[in-house]
Amino acid sequence: MGTTSVNRRDVMKRAAAAGLLAVPAVGALSSCASGGGEENKAEKGEKSKKNPLGVKADAGLAVYIFNGGYGDKYAQFVTDMYAEKYPKAKPEQKATEKIATQVQPKIVRGKPTADVVNNSGAEQMNIGKLVHNKQVADLGEVLDAPSWDDPDVTVRETLVPVVEQMGRFGGEECYQLNITLTVYGNWYSAKLLEDGLDTAYPKTWDEMLAVCKKAKAKGIHGWSYPGGHPRYMFFSMYAMFAQRGGREVIEAMDYLEPDAWRHDAVKDVFEAWEELVAKKYVLTGFDGQQAHTEMQTAWTKEGKCLFVPNGSWVENEAKDTTPKDFRMAVGATPSLDSGDKMPFGTLYAPAGEPFIVPAKATNRQGGLEWLRMMYSKEAARNLFEEVGSLPVVKGAIDGVKLPSGTASAQAAIKAAGENIVIPRFMDWYNELFREDFNNMIHKFMQGQIGPKQAMDTMQKASERILKDPDITKVKKA
Amino acid sequence: MKTGTRVGEPPPSNNSKNSKNAQKSDDSRNSTGSEAARGEGEPPPTPLPGLLLWPAVLLPPGLTPKRVRYDRRYRTLDKYRFILGFLAVPLAFYALFVVSPFLQAIYYSFTDWSGGPVANFIGFDNYRKMWDDARFWDSLQVSALLLVITPVVTLVLGIFFAYMITAGGRHRRGQAIAGVAGSSFYKVVYFFPQVLSVSIVAVVWGRVFNTNSGLINGGLDKAGIEGPAWLGGDETLALIALLTVISWSFVGFYVVLFSAAMGAIPKDIHEAALLDGAGRARTFFGVTLPLIWDTVRTGWIYMGIQALDTFAICLVMVPAHVLKVTPVFLYERFRDGQYGYATSIGVVLLVLSVAFSLIVMRVGNRDRIEY
Repeated sequence: MGTTSVNRRDVMKRAAAAGLLAVPAVGALSSCASGGGEENKAEKGEKSKKNPLGVKADAGLAVYIFNGGYGDKYAQFVTDMYAEKYPKAKPEQKATEKIATQVQPKIVRGKPTADVVNNSGAEQMNIGKLVHNKQVADLGEVLDAPSWDDPDVTVRETLVPVVEQMGRFGGEECYQLNITLTVYGNWYSAKLLEDGLDTAYPKTWDEMLAVCKKAKAKGIHGWSYPGGHPRYMFFSMYAMFAQRGGREVIEAMDYLEPDAWRHDAVKDVFEAWEELVAKKYVLTGFDGQQAHTEMQTAWTKEGKCLFVPNGSWVENEAKDTTPKDFRMAVGATPSLDSGDKMPFGTLYAPAGEPFIVPAKATNRQGGLEWLRMMYSKEAARNLFEEVGSLPVVKGAIDGVKLPSGTASAQAAIKAAGENIVIPRFMDWYNELFREDFNNMIHKFMQGQIGPKQAMDTMQKASERILKDPDITKVKKA
Repeated sequence: MKTGTRVGEPPPSNNSKNSKNAQKSDDSRNSTGSEAARGEGEPPPTPLPGLLLWPAVLLPPGLTPKRVRYDRRYRTLDKYRFILGFLAVPLAFYALFVVSPFLQAIYYSFTDWSGGPVANFIGFDNYRKMWDDARFWDSLQVSALLLVITPVVTLVLGIFFAYMITAGGRHRRGQAIAGVAGSSFYKVVYFFPQVLSVSIVAVVWGRVFNTNSGLINGGLDKAGIEGPAWLGGDETLALIALLTVISWSFVGFYVVLFSAAMGAIPKDIHEAALLDGAGRARTFFGVTLPLIWDTVRTGWIYMGIQALDTFAICLVMVPAHVLKVTPVFLYERFRDGQYGYATSIGVVLLVLSVAFSLIVMRVGNRDRIEY
């Protein structure tokens, strides 16, 4: 920790110095963008049908990839595509675990050596700060460009809408583009539910309670959650807030609006869960750091519980304990009743693995082109094959034989259509989720507090963050 | 050493010179004023101007001019130079790595520093924010409870074990005091937790307290009792667990500390008590405890500071949503890049530690018994 902070401090000191020099340059840059006058110094080629982004064919390209769980093979595939199209460019890819140390000093100095960066991992650059300092390029140009596979369709149209949404920071510009999708929801064993309990997936809360009752009769708990990480409950609750009260409820949470957490929809959701807790349908006792693993073992291997709140990584994570005929699946959150504002199927499915292009990258067009290639069906499918995560490109893995969990996750995304919801406050005001929601839901799931206190706690936390001068707020556009 | 003797040599002592001088000036004052002025200007015995002495600090005595060496003040200078030679390096390190971070922390606690290039001075805003922050008070409540309970539990256990080890046994072979059988073995065993790294202690105990698969609940299960969720629910249970682990890991240190203190008490005092017919309890409260009181007080302060400082054990073992101590809360603020706010919490902890030490010193102040 010590070294990190020292590094960051160094970086920031340099940033301060660079900032002074960079201000006039930024001014020049933005004026040319709006006025359409002289181009900046970035390498640019002729725009054409074959080259919609105007890439200069012989300009070098530097790609920085976070070398974590995903490795960098999936990106090398794209870099190779680039090399094939622009053989003179000789694109170079670097894999590193320390994105910030490798890339940030040069970005803040105004002379980035990277043209496209996978800003991920524990040492990722603070994207909010980069946006604030105008150090990242607006990637709208990529989204507007014709897609790699079909010139009549723009890149934007090939992607799930979440991608653009998550690149926005209170404005219309899109500063980061994600490449994978995570599906959150109620994960279960189709074998246990359909064969063992002879029931279909519950689409309403009443059905949910009925299933739990049925399970209880067989000595199985309807639900469980990792007590050591109670925030997992959010994965099964969040879409319900939106489903119940519509998008304005979750937007109010994102923008820390007054009484955001005191909305009737929030109350209804908490009350629904309170009933489930009160009826003792929830299997508890998974405490400590490894709680999620313990819970997943009880769920997969021991069949002690039916539903768990989780994300699509669980299929891979619980691989070792999952029986072959488990038929893992994810379901969207059940509707409360006909008064819901959004239909059943509303899904909490954010995009992950962000990419940025530095605003002053020497080969900015090349960086953008690289991203356009990343969003080709070919590259997206390769991504899936390499890392097993769902790509954000629509239909990219159609026809590929998927493991049962991933298949159901993909089906859920299709079923959700436009009704995908994302808690932006998790990125913007992380402590509201990681600390406040976590602490609150722990007490709630233990039955120590009811819906009213739960809502009050969250509202107070939201107001505290609003007042906290140490936290930069994102304004509604 | 050589330096010391040479300087210490009596012959042309400055003092005697000076007194002679004084006599002389007395004489001259008797005669005329002008003569007195001239007498002061006389070369060898004159006191040097202070400025000339300073370069001598760096000169070895052999190279120092006699004029300087024979100056009265040279002896003091030499003495302090000697001490300084030993202390300069450690003091410099201390200033660099202990004092300056403290001062910096205090400074940063008055800024809005977030790890960036700018740290604006914002006066007491951080402290105001802390005052209004319910999370801070929650964590402080836990820390305060630990501060009060841990030293008592740990010290009582430590003293008890130490007494048993040094004086708890039967009186064999005419010995006035003796430890229980196997006391030297126990002494080593008690010290074991001190040898383990704190994080290992926390991880191991975390497993022991595990609700479903822990040692404790496993044992209770065998006895037909359903064990509670030690670290997974109730705040009181988690506090008890935390207290147990802290005491367990520190008690060995105090056993050794108090055994040493008790071992230093002359045997004849205990013998006298024995002859007067005092039992073990009477001997302990009447003789042993008063005689080791100073050590107990030191231990109390030390343990109190340890309790306020509980960080790793709490962070690793207890989930943050169940219970957290102030240092963990401070750590979380650091993690969120609120360095200014975090350091102000640190400063408050510093003040609390100092206040605690002062209070205990005051409360436990007794006349020292010499033996």
